[in-house]
Amino acid sequence: MKDAGILIIGAGQAGYQLAVSLRDAGYEKRVLLIGDEPDLPYQRPPLSKAFQSGDCEAGQLTFQTEAFYASRNIELMLGVRILHIDRERRQVTTGDGRCIEYDHLVLATGARNRLLPGWDSTTTGLLTLRTLDDARGLREALNRSKQAVIVGSGFLGLEFAAVAAKRGVGVRVIEASSNLMSRAVSSPVADAFREHHESLGTTFSFDRGVSSIHTEAGRVVGAQTTDGVLHEADLLVVSIGVIPNVELAKEAGLETANGIVVDLNLATSDPSISALGDCAAFPSRFANGHCRIESVQNAVDQARYLAQRLTGHTHGFEAVPWFWSDQGGVKLQIAGVAMNRADELILRGDRAGLKFSAYGFSKGQLVAVESVNRPADHMAARRLLAAHAPVTPAQAADSQFDLRTLLQPVA
Amino acid sequence: MRIKVDATKCIGAGLCVVAAPEVFSQNEDDGLVIVLQEYPPQHLHEACREAARLCPALVISFDE
Repeated sequence: MKDAGILIIGAGQAGYQLAVSLRDAGYEKRVLLIGDEPDLPYQRPPLSKAFQSGDCEAGQLTFQTEAFYASRNIELMLGVRILHIDRERRQVTTGDGRCIEYDHLVLATGARNRLLPGWDSTTTGLLTLRTLDDARGLREALNRSKQAVIVGSGFLGLEFAAVAAKRGVGVRVIEASSNLMSRAVSSPVADAFREHHESLGTTFSFDRGVSSIHTEAGRVVGAQTTDGVLHEADLLVVSIGVIPNVELAKEAGLETANGIVVDLNLATSDPSISALGDCAAFPSRFANGHCRIESVQNAVDQARYLAQRLTGHTHGFEAVPWFWSDQGGVKLQIAGVAMNRADELILRGDRAGLKFSAYGFSKGQLVAVESVNRPADHMAARRLLAAHAPVTPAQAADSQFDLRTLLQPVA
Repeated sequence: MRIKVDATKCIGAGLCVVAAPEVFSQNEDDGLVIVLQEYPPQHLHEACREAARLCPALVISFDE
């Protein structure tokens, strides 16, 4: 095999960071970054926040200029889909019929939005949010909207809800479970955010799904929920989670299970193929078995790690997962991913004043910390989790006890 | 160029520090951005612009 170099499929946060980190680590052979979106690689987090409120434009979202990639000898192929991987010949086939060889292939294919049954992309006002293109359409629709219904109360839906409510749009959030962000976040924190959203004028329907979408002349006019109520809407945003893009891997015979399955080295069962980011299911000591983490931190840390591994440094991937969400100015930071495993929850701080943290313990071990407007607690939590510090629930409950003392070596 | 930061949006990702360590640092305790040089010298301007682009919370802006 000639020097075909490293081919990265997916030019999102993970793919971009991997390309840069490979060059930072001194990798000198070909680095080819291929993405199916036409835009230069860009930030996704602001798409549901500052971009929707008009506080930033698309130009501020790109990670780097085109000249940057040329200067680092990173080849970019944008607007190109990969249709097939030939593992034996170590080459991929593009949508326009080209064959590209690789020494090592990295799948950073990310995820796509889950949609409601009966989805029709031609219906005006029926929208979802993942890409810059989606975000442009959504912002335009928001500018014309008076009454929005948002399906799904995860981080993305709630961030958008806050932007819409702050600009005077009537917002109703439909949620299948009994609380906000219920997949990821503890009850006290969910309740605090619910109060905050309600103070902005947003209303919630819990334990409900959407049974049908009502349209007139090709535009959304309402959403009917499973209790029979028809909610008027000129904008219906579907934010019910994502499906990892595993199809290419699966077709190539790689194992997939809620993501492309990789080991602690982010390697698939094929020694020439790795995967990372939103599409990859990897074993983490912070979760129970394999997990797939959708966050900037995970994409960036895994990319930096993989660049090290592909340039000859070997050790397992161990970064502490952390995440943030900004909902109408209330900042939520989360360290660790296993809050849903917590059998004991300790609160610290001022719950009523929306400045508090929730410490989750599973069998006496700290597994996750959610901080609402308490960044110092969050930074300490990242360090405590990284260090396996022996935090006890009693220590977390004692507001006079400085948890950072647990980071110091015992005398 | 004058550096402006909105610390209320900062979530301690630290990407600014990686891009321009002469200009940005992180508070030890809460991870929030610290601007070391409000008026950085010319040769650091490009690194500062990169820091602004890489920040996932869009905290950094400029008066040029």
